[in-house]
Amino acid sequence: MANLASSLAGITSPNPFWLASAPPTNSGYQVLRAFEAGWGGVVWKTLGTPITNVSSRFAGFDYKQHRMVGMNNIELITDRPLQDNLLEIRACKKAFPDRAIVASLMEVCEQKAWHELVKRVQEEAIDGFELNFGCPHGMSERGMGAAVGQHPDLIAQVTEWVKEVARVPVIVKLTPNITDIREPARAARLGGADAVSMINTINSLMGVDLGTWNPIPNVDGMSSHGGYCGPAVKPIALNMVNCCARDSGVNLPISGIGGVETWQDAVEFLVLGATNVQVCTAVMHHGFRIIDQLISGLNGYLDERGIASVTGIIGAASSKVTTWENLNLNYAIVAQIDQETCIHCSKCYIACEDAAHQCIDRTIVDGVAMLRIDQDHCVGCNLCMMVCPVDNCIEMLAVDNGLPAESWKQRVERNT
Amino acid sequence: MTLGDSIHKPLSDMEVSIEANRCLYCYDAPCMAACPTHIDVASFINNIATGNMKGSAHDILLANPMGASCARVCPTDELCEGACVYHADDTPIRIGDLQRYSIDWVMRTGTKLFTAGKPTGKSVAIVGGGPAGLSAARDLRLLGHAVTIFEAHTQLGGLNTYGIVPFRLSTEVALWEAQQVVDLGVDVRTGVRIGEDLSVASLLSEYDALVLACGMGGVPPLGLPGEELAGVWDALDFIERAKTGGEIPDLGNHVAVIGAGNTAIDALTCAKRMGSDHVTMYYRRGESEMTAYEFEYTFAKQEGIEFRFFCLPVGFHGTNNHVREAEFVRTEVRDGSVMRIAGSEFREPVSAVIRAIGQSRLVQTLQAFGIDSDGGVVRVDDALQTTRPGVFAAGDCIYEKGSREAMVVEAAQQGKTVAQSVHTHLLTGAAHG
Repeated sequence: MANLASSLAGITSPNPFWLASAPPTNSGYQVLRAFEAGWGGVVWKTLGTPITNVSSRFAGFDYKQHRMVGMNNIELITDRPLQDNLLEIRACKKAFPDRAIVASLMEVCEQKAWHELVKRVQEEAIDGFELNFGCPHGMSERGMGAAVGQHPDLIAQVTEWVKEVARVPVIVKLTPNITDIREPARAARLGGADAVSMINTINSLMGVDLGTWNPIPNVDGMSSHGGYCGPAVKPIALNMVNCCARDSGVNLPISGIGGVETWQDAVEFLVLGATNVQVCTAVMHHGFRIIDQLISGLNGYLDERGIASVTGIIGAASSKVTTWENLNLNYAIVAQIDQETCIHCSKCYIACEDAAHQCIDRTIVDGVAMLRIDQDHCVGCNLCMMVCPVDNCIEMLAVDNGLPAESWKQRVERNT
Repeated sequence: MTLGDSIHKPLSDMEVSIEANRCLYCYDAPCMAACPTHIDVASFINNIATGNMKGSAHDILLANPMGASCARVCPTDELCEGACVYHADDTPIRIGDLQRYSIDWVMRTGTKLFTAGKPTGKSVAIVGGGPAGLSAARDLRLLGHAVTIFEAHTQLGGLNTYGIVPFRLSTEVALWEAQQVVDLGVDVRTGVRIGEDLSVASLLSEYDALVLACGMGGVPPLGLPGEELAGVWDALDFIERAKTGGEIPDLGNHVAVIGAGNTAIDALTCAKRMGSDHVTMYYRRGESEMTAYEFEYTFAKQEGIEFRFFCLPVGFHGTNNHVREAEFVRTEVRDGSVMRIAGSEFREPVSAVIRAIGQSRLVQTLQAFGIDSDGGVVRVDDALQTTRPGVFAAGDCIYEKGSREAMVVEAAQQGKTVAQSVHTHLLTGAAHG
C-alpha cells in the first residue's frame, strides 16, 4: 500500500482527497459522515455573515443518458450563524483529529471585518483558511467572492490583511472567470498566501425550459447566472492548475478543484502540479462513498507503478505542457484501424469526411462497410480515434519520417 | 397466456431513453440497408433520443407505411437488429421495439403525418387491401392519384388483420394502420371479389392503371384420405376464426399441425393458447430444414409445443365423421429428398388436425386479368409491371418461394415500388391494353 499522506502548505491529511467548500460541507452532521467514509479533509462551507438562499438553486447539464455531466448552482455561502458552525467544527475536529478542517471565509473588503472573522474562527482548532475569492454569483454583486478574485490588487490586499492575524496556513481560492489565471495567483503570492486552490465555478447559464421559457434553475420564473462545475469543467481546471504550477511568479502549492470524480481524475490533477484535490459535484451526485474508489484506485495505481508515496507524482507531468511554439512540427502519427475489432459503424468515416481531412476509404464488401485509413494523407488529428465507439480499435501510430525534431520556434530561428 | 396477451410488452419511457441513447447513430447504418423498406433507423432513433417524436414517426412511416405492424411482426433478428453493429456482442439495439414506441405515439396522439398530393386526374384500382395494396395506395395518394381499393374481405389489412395470430399483431393495430391510408382519401370497396362481383374488363376500362395485390389463397389440401373429416383445418381459416371470434368447435387435447413454417408456428401456438394440452408439430424433414424463423421456433418451444420430425402424414381416421387418428409414416432425407421408410407407419390419436403447408395460388383470378404467371406466381419485370402494360403486381401474389421473402415488410416495399412504377407509367401517358 502506497503512502497517501498529504501535506498542503503544512496542512496534513491522511489522503489527498478533500471535500471542497460547498453544500456537502455545510454542517457537522455531513462532515462527520464524510470523515467516517474516509475523506482526508474538508473545506467547511464558507463562513461569513449568514445569507438567505433562493429556491431552486441547482441545475444539471445532462448528456444523453448521463446526468450531471455539468452542474451549476446559485447557492450562496452558509445560511447558518457563525457560532453554530464553529461548535460543529469543534466537534468534528475532536472526533477526527487526524483529518484536515479548513475554514472557508468570505467578508466585505475591509481590514477590520476580515481581522475579526479570522480571529474568531481560529479560536477553534482549525488547520487552515481558504479565502473564497471565487464564487461568481450573488456574493459577487455585494463586492465579495469573484468580485475580489477578478482584481489582483484586491486579492493581494485582502490576503495581506488575513495573514496579519492568521496563525494557520492561508489558501486563496481563485475564480476561473478571468483572462489569465496566473495573475490572480501571483497576486495571492504577493499577499503572502501559503497556497492557492482552483478552480472555483465558472459563470454559466444552464438552459431554458422550452415550454415556459423559464431559465433554469428557475426562481419564480427568473434565473441568474450561476457557478458551473462537474466533470465537464475538468479540462479547464487542469489547464489553470498547470499554468500556475509552471509559473515561477506563483510558486505556491496548489489544491486542484474541478470535475474530480474518479481516481484517474485525481492523478491527472496531481501529475500536472496539484498537491491535493478537492471534490464536490461527484459527492453531490453519488454521496461520500466515492472516497472508497478514489483511495483504492489511487493506491492501486501507485502500487502498480512502484511509487511509494503519492507525493512522488506531484507535478510529474507538469513540464510536459509547454507553449505551442515548442511542439515538434516533425512528429508524425497516422491512424490505423484494427479490422478485427472494427464494428463497421462508419462513425470514423463520416467524421473524417465531413470534419477532418477525407482520409478514410470506405468500401462495401459483401454488404459490410470496410474502413481503411489513407495513411499517406492522414494528418494524425485523432478525430477518428475519438469518435470510434470501440476501445483501442483505432490506434495512432508514430511514423518515422526521418526528420529531426524541430519546433516552430526553432524553425523561425533557423530561417532568420 | 390467452390469445390476446401480446408476446411483446411495449418499452417503458425509461427503457426507450436508455435504448435510444445507446444507439451509436452509425453513418449509412447497416440496419437501414438491412430493412427492405430502408427506414433510416439511425435517424428515427436519434429523433426519439432528442425528443422529436413526430420526426421519428415520419422517418419510419415515410419509408414504410406498414411501420406499425412491422414493428411487431418483422423478423428483426434477421433484418435490422441482425445487422446492428452491436449484434456481434448479442446486444443489438431493440430497433423493433423503438419503432413500436414511435408509432404507438402516433396512435396515441392521433398525429397526422401525411397529406395527399395535388390531384393528378389519374385513377388507380388496387385489388387487395393487404400490406402491399395499402402501401401502394398510401404512396399513390401522396403522389396525387385517385385510388380505389377492392377488398374481398369485410375489412382491410389482409393477413395483418386475418392471418397473423392476435398475440403477435392485434386486429386493432392492423385496422388502425389501414385507416391511416384510407384517411388520405382512398375509396374502399370491401366484400368485392374481382371476377365474381365485378368484372376485370370493367376495372380495366374504368381506371388508368391497376395494381394486383391479391395475395394468395388458402392452404391447399394434402390430398390424403380422411382429410374431409370434421376437425381437419386450413391453418389460415383457423387463425382467422381465432382472431375474429369466428366459430371454432372444441379442438380437444391432441392437436396435430402439419408443416414447419411460420404459419405452422402461428397455428400451433394459437391452438395451445386456446387451451389444448398437447399441440404437436409434424414435419416430414428434420429440425434444420424448418422454414420457420429461429425466433419463432424458440417461441413455440417456450409455449410448450411438441415437435415430431421425419413424419409424413398418410391419412386420417375418424368416427362419427370427426377425425380421431392421424396416420404417419417415418421418413429419412436422402440427397435432399424425403424418402418413406417402409413399414414404419404409425397412428397418433388426434382431436384436431391443422394443415399449414403453404398457400395455394389464385390462378383463376390471374387468368381473368390476362396476365402471365408461373404456377400462379405473377410474372413481373423489375418495375413490378405484369405482362399486361398498365397492370402491376405486388405482395404475396408475386412471392416466389426461395427468391423473395413473404414478409409484411417486403410487401410494404413492393407497394412503394409499384406506386412509383404506376406513377411513372401514368406520367408517361402509356395506356394499358
